[in-house]
Amino acid sequence: MIAEIDKSKKIIEKASELRWKVGSDFHDKLTESIYADASEIANRVVIKEKENRTDHFDRSLDRILTSKTFGFPIMILILSVILWLTIEGANYPSKMLAVLLLEMLYPLLKDAAIFISLPWWLDGLLIDGIYLAVAWVISVMLPPMAIFFPLFTLLEDFGYLPRVAFNLDDMFRRSGAHGKQALTMSMGWGCNAAGVIATRIIDSPRERLIAIITNNFSLCNGRWPTQILIATIFIGVLVPQSFSGLIATASVISIAMLGIGFTFWVSWGLSKTMLKGQVSTFALELPPYRPPRFWKTVYTSLIDRTIIVLWRAVLFAAPAGAVIWIISNVQVGDQSLANELIQWMNPFGLLIGLNGVILLAYIVAIPANEIVIPTILMLTVASVGMSGGAGDGVMFELESVTQTGEILKAGGWTLLTAINLMLFSLLHNPCSTTIYTIYKETNSKKWTTVATMLPVILGFVITFLVTQIWRILI
Amino acid sequence: MTEPINTVCETCDHFNAAGLKKLGVDVSGCDYVVALSGNPNTGKSTVFNALTGLNQHTGNWPGKTVVRAEGAFSYDSARYKLVDLPGTYSLLSTSQDEEVARNFILFGKPDVTVIVVDASRLERNLNLVLQVLEITNRAVLCMNLMDEAHRHGISIDERTLSRDLGIPVVLTSARSNEGISELIQTIADVATKRIVCKPHKIKSGSSRIKKAVEELSKEIESVHPHLPNSRWIAIRLLEGDKRVIEALENNELAVAVI
Repeated sequence: MIAEIDKSKKIIEKASELRWKVGSDFHDKLTESIYADASEIANRVVIKEKENRTDHFDRSLDRILTSKTFGFPIMILILSVILWLTIEGANYPSKMLAVLLLEMLYPLLKDAAIFISLPWWLDGLLIDGIYLAVAWVISVMLPPMAIFFPLFTLLEDFGYLPRVAFNLDDMFRRSGAHGKQALTMSMGWGCNAAGVIATRIIDSPRERLIAIITNNFSLCNGRWPTQILIATIFIGVLVPQSFSGLIATASVISIAMLGIGFTFWVSWGLSKTMLKGQVSTFALELPPYRPPRFWKTVYTSLIDRTIIVLWRAVLFAAPAGAVIWIISNVQVGDQSLANELIQWMNPFGLLIGLNGVILLAYIVAIPANEIVIPTILMLTVASVGMSGGAGDGVMFELESVTQTGEILKAGGWTLLTAINLMLFSLLHNPCSTTIYTIYKETNSKKWTTVATMLPVILGFVITFLVTQIWRILI
Repeated sequence: MTEPINTVCETCDHFNAAGLKKLGVDVSGCDYVVALSGNPNTGKSTVFNALTGLNQHTGNWPGKTVVRAEGAFSYDSARYKLVDLPGTYSLLSTSQDEEVARNFILFGKPDVTVIVVDASRLERNLNLVLQVLEITNRAVLCMNLMDEAHRHGISIDERTLSRDLGIPVVLTSARSNEGISELIQTIADVATKRIVCKPHKIKSGSSRIKKAVEELSKEIESVHPHLPNSRWIAIRLLEGDKRVIEALENNELAVAVI
């Protein structure tokens, strides 16, 4: 063993000695000979008929989808269609689930609890806390996800994402970032933790860090439903019913585009300050278009993404429901702990056009963005002292989206609150899973802190500015 | 879901369809380890799913798999663990996904390495194939996306290719399960050494380089006589590859071949 290690050392010495002899073009020579061999073999075995129609089709489609004039508008159009279908389609099943889980099952459970004479606190914790939070997450999250994911996956399987990357490549390079960041950004639209892991395809550590820090500006699974819901309730109602879906879609698209904008601006800012350096070049392969296998894709995206993401949401919603119930029912002085916290944060919340409830909800929902809206509703009901059920911290029976709106308006919400919530949902800290992933990928407390704090600070600044301008103008 | 019979091969006497069992994520107690490597977006994950019966998410864009996924199948009463490696264009540079793929083939001692290539882009894909064949001498070439190649009017002379590369070549369209049974049979043949590969080795360019590589690889062989890739190690040492130097210092290579 020791003799072997000795010999190994000698080999390494010999290697460094020989390295001088083989010359500096060794790597190039080697690569050249690999290419030469590859091309020689390929020439012998590939039999190609003359160009046929599919090639032609691929190329003409690419000419449109990646054209300077149409590339970007088409991208926005495709994203709009997907979101519009999601918004229009999710409302009805959402209602049905809410009726089933909240109107029918909830009273049954309450009766059962009385029947087996469960102590009030256990009944409250289990049913009013945990069950309601989980039921809410399912009825709000499941329908949009079950529509959005399969549609997005079909687009992905067709081969559209690399075209998006192609369209954005130039802008990324101009912001001093890597073109492949377009791909990791699109991954972030599904899940930021996945997007952060996907940055491994970027070789240069500098550009990889930029991609990691800015991934949070891609709206993720947990945030699309929040955006869609708030846009439907507050912005869709500003116009006649027949246009409300379109307007809601447009406002969600604007937020998503703003996210892309922030990705560029922050990338640019970072590459000019903390992460200076050269932009590396790379070759982006545009894969052929492949007709997606429709049912298989729908099936796997439902099983793979929808159920997994929903399960994660449920896992985090359950303890969050318990926490909300507890802080709403533990009395400090003459009011609940939740109220105490809300009132303490309220002045700052109002300064940036939000309120104490929203800020507290964002703290409770650090583990998962999915539960922000349910948490806000539970806390709003608790803090304004609505009597919708068995007491504080109990969620309402929400048959429809309009009723959700009623609760929020009772909590003092205005259009400004809604807009700021949409902005803050885009610009706040990543969820704890993503933060942990960032730490694992960068192995650095410093960069994890930057990636966590930068978006929150931006969020505070932007919502503050929007609020001040709004108050001056309106 | 029942598996449809897609090729005559599945009904052939040589293919033991009854002996095939897709084991999903259960990778316990495996007899052989099979690595799946290949360029990005050649359908590795689809091949992986077809072999293991899993539903790993697949997508039509390069770089979808960055962490390795594992699954298993059993065939002819032997269990095979399958590792889906990140897709890479080369094993020479140092990005993290290439490192993961390279290290697994070098140190993870797979019994068989399946190299998945896109039939319509053979020339570009061969660069990686040739590099993999420098590291391991037990490999199968899975010429995937044949359906697409046919649509583009491309066909492949797989016998010549197999002879040139010195490894078995299997034509597949993993999306529709075509050729998967042949692939399984071939993997089993290489794993059980019924097929012995004589992989193609890269010509080393100038005579000066050739001499240096030979000199160094002889030295390496004197320490590790069973190493299948002394030539490649020599090349990496000449390039000053830190990870390989480290492996030599810690005697990792010796462990890797046993």
